[in-house]
Amino acid sequence: MLAGTIYISFFGALALLLLPKASTTAARILALLTAIAGFAIALTAFVSHRTGELITVSHHPWVPTLGIEYHLAADGISLSLILLTGIVAITGILFSWNIDKRTKEFFAFYLLLIGAVYGVFLSYDLFLLFVFYEIVIIPKYFLIAIWGSTRREYGAMKLALYSFIGSAMVLIGIIAAYVVAGAKSMSLDALAAYPYSHHFQMAAFPLVFVGFAVLAGLWPFHTWAPTGHVAAPTAASMLLAGVVMKLGAYGCLRVAMTLFPLGLTPWGFHVLGLGSWRDVFALLAIIGIVYGALVALVQKDFKFVIGYSSVSHMGFILLGLMTLNQIGLSGAVIQMVSHGILAGLLFAVVGRMVYDRTHTRELAALGPMNLNKAIPFAAVTFVLAGMASMGLPGFSGFVAELMILVGAWHAFPVLALCAGLGIVIGIIYIWRAMQKAFFAEPAIAAVQPPMPPISLPERLGAILLIATSVAIGLYPQMLLKVIVPALNSPLFDGLRKGGWQ
Amino acid sequence: MSAFPFLTVLTAIPAIGALLLLAIGDRNKNLTRWLALAFSLAALLLTLILWHRFDPTSAALQFQERYSWVPALSIEYHVAIDGLGLLMLLLSSIVVPIAMAASWKIEQRVPLYFALVLLLQSCLFGAFTALNFVHWFTFWELSLIPAFFLIKLWGGPRRTPAATQFLVYTMVGSVAMLLAFLALYLATGKFDFIELSQLAQTGQLMPAVIAKLGWHYLTPQHLALLIFAGAFLGFAVKVPLIPFHTWLPATYAEAPTGATILLTGAMSKMGLYGFLRILLPIFGAQMQAVLTPLLWLAVATVVLSAYSALAQKDLKRIFAYSSINHLGYCLLAIFAVAKFTGADPSLLTQKYAALDGVLLQMFNHGLTAATIFWFIAMLEARTGGLRGLNDFGGLRKVAPVFTGLMGIALFSSLGLPGLNGFIGEFLIFKGSFPLVTWATSLAVIGLLITAIVILGILQRVFSGPLNETWLAFPDLTTTERFMLAPAIALMFALGLYPQLVLGVVNSTVIQMVQQLKF
Repeated sequence: MLAGTIYISFFGALALLLLPKASTTAARILALLTAIAGFAIALTAFVSHRTGELITVSHHPWVPTLGIEYHLAADGISLSLILLTGIVAITGILFSWNIDKRTKEFFAFYLLLIGAVYGVFLSYDLFLLFVFYEIVIIPKYFLIAIWGSTRREYGAMKLALYSFIGSAMVLIGIIAAYVVAGAKSMSLDALAAYPYSHHFQMAAFPLVFVGFAVLAGLWPFHTWAPTGHVAAPTAASMLLAGVVMKLGAYGCLRVAMTLFPLGLTPWGFHVLGLGSWRDVFALLAIIGIVYGALVALVQKDFKFVIGYSSVSHMGFILLGLMTLNQIGLSGAVIQMVSHGILAGLLFAVVGRMVYDRTHTRELAALGPMNLNKAIPFAAVTFVLAGMASMGLPGFSGFVAELMILVGAWHAFPVLALCAGLGIVIGIIYIWRAMQKAFFAEPAIAAVQPPMPPISLPERLGAILLIATSVAIGLYPQMLLKVIVPALNSPLFDGLRKGGWQ
Repeated sequence: MSAFPFLTVLTAIPAIGALLLLAIGDRNKNLTRWLALAFSLAALLLTLILWHRFDPTSAALQFQERYSWVPALSIEYHVAIDGLGLLMLLLSSIVVPIAMAASWKIEQRVPLYFALVLLLQSCLFGAFTALNFVHWFTFWELSLIPAFFLIKLWGGPRRTPAATQFLVYTMVGSVAMLLAFLALYLATGKFDFIELSQLAQTGQLMPAVIAKLGWHYLTPQHLALLIFAGAFLGFAVKVPLIPFHTWLPATYAEAPTGATILLTGAMSKMGLYGFLRILLPIFGAQMQAVLTPLLWLAVATVVLSAYSALAQKDLKRIFAYSSINHLGYCLLAIFAVAKFTGADPSLLTQKYAALDGVLLQMFNHGLTAATIFWFIAMLEARTGGLRGLNDFGGLRKVAPVFTGLMGIALFSSLGLPGLNGFIGEFLIFKGSFPLVTWATSLAVIGLLITAIVILGILQRVFSGPLNETWLAFPDLTTTERFMLAPAIALMFALGLYPQLVLGVVNSTVIQMVQQLKF
């Protein structure tokens, strides 16, 4: 049944294209219903899922001579991320209710993107996973290039190029793994069970890991992220930061780390104090956390603040992956979900609630508008989202970062301290943006035309996202009880034997 | 132990009130005010019921509720109170109605203002009852949000830098504390305060930390001190201890007076509560290791803040510094209690006295400071926002009742025998003197200067020739007199019969001291 999430989204995209041109309202409603249906399927699967179980959704031969199968399956990690995709998809549509330009094409691309994302999270065959991964790039490009703002062609092109380079690296790694194994299968568990030589893993691991991590915003390959996020229309930034970046992190965990666990073991020598790829990527993750936060601190454009904050938060996910212990890894998965929700919310406030009303994103220009009085709902939403994003207890960000910090402290105590520094800077940049955009208290109150009030779809979307974040923050067990058994499944055996602590 | 979840209900009442106020919105300002007051009085009533049902002869944790929350991280929903917790609950539920009464005249965004005050009260209740670090930390951090916005949206002219400074200081302290507790968690797998203090008392805590986290370039002692420093910073900022105090004067002065009352009356006690509940039982050995520098800091806090109060011209700033001074005595006594004394029974008695004094002083300072700031709010309301030391003069001629009642509050702050302030300070000095003679002697300077400050206020504001501007200065109305009466009566009651508080906390104090086996 879970495969329905993919089909229904693709079908919805197709149906939208067949609608008559004038029926924009019908297009919106159709898109919303499709997204809700996808979410409902995901939620049903999540609720009925028995802990530790791997749900095989669909398993058919596809290209039998090459051992390629149409194999969809879901464990707790996939389910958590599918649930996230469903929530962000619904709210993304709610926040794009006001799109008037080529409405049905917009939602068609949007649903195509969603369907492909579901596909990646559900694929258990590497070839299939790669196909969905590539499909994601196309609607992403068009959403930005057609409906975007500031330097949209540049942003779209940069994003597409980075994605293609990343996936080329992934492809080389996957094919090499397939050939070396000489196996007649592209299935994830078959390849993960194959004992690749130590040398091969040492070479293939960084290739595939970096390939995926490009999309996760690993420093220094993150530069596509802020420009892409800023250029994208609101719903696309929400999906990009909320879900698409998670594809990269998911690929790192699901493919790179399970196939080549020995790639994480020590080299046997030290370069600049780094003794393994694990140390290298952990260091890059920390640099991403601190660098992203510092750059966010000096931005003049409201959306760039959020764009760079994503780089910083994604650094926590990568750091969590590199801790190689259960608490850090499950923290990383929770952070994927949490950041997906919060990044979506922050982009919605900046892109939809503020920009669509003020037509500027300059923090200096927003100040005189006294936005906390003009659109109080947006101010409250941003405060809550900001508090959640800076890791205040009670919200999802706290649990995730706490678990990652605990894991990191086991693995790299010094780096954990640096991550703490990143959190402090995170508090400051969110606070600064909030202060400048909403509570600047100008000496002379600028006279301005009244702004349209926050609409019902926007309110619904914001409430849905905040409620999810609080629910996870107050009851993380909800996700943990499916994530932890998934990490203990046979798929991660190699990782557990390799460097698990 | 009772089956009824008293503490959960108590924490929920103000939060529900806050949501209700926000839901009703800006329709009827008076309704909003009365509704908010009703919720805070309901909370007061419930704490009084708790007080009535509390068994003062037992030092055990009472009204306990404990449920599993996030087993993977050993986070639990664990609330309970002992005498210290009950005292703090009582104080918070007294201070909040005072803060509301002092903010009755707020006209802007009334529902939001009172909702934030109620939310803050919920956070206070939560923080004073939680016994699991993460649970407690949630409330500790959440309390910053309402406080920040109360300052930011209703504060004085320089509110923005003040609110910022407040937030940044406390957040930095909190992050340091979080890292310290993560280290403890990593070593022991526990977040529960009670379990951690048991480990510390049996001497297992720091060896476990060193075994798990030992770094080859950090000696065990240094590592333990580093973790202590992290936790210490969080609380020292909140109380505050000099030199971590610089956020306070600006914040207290710029905050709307209702918020100042909450900050000084209740939120500063969160810091002291942390010292007593967390630092002393868990990090007692580390406190002992750096006792001399800590005592110097406490002495500096007491003396320098009193001097600073002497130099200020703004009444709110004067009492901001005077708050630092009064809480400095508490810190002095807490550090004195941490001193190693072996098994000398006479010194043990002194420790009881000192800790009794600390708890009494916490309650008294909350009550007295809240009342004094309430009077300042009335002054501001009558004079259009003036509160300079030299703006007045001779008020006693036009407003004798105002002068008399505020005089009582001021004398209580000064520590006049017969009023509540005296007993607390007396017990602190009596207990600390034999333990740390030099520090206590130096701290006496603080007492003297505070007396000069308070007498100076009485002289410049109330005596002397009448300032012509205030010929028509209205005296207290009957309503105001009735509202003030309970607070003033409580000052006398505690001054004459301190057993009211000491009876509640005595068993707890004895247990706290006896657990300090180093």
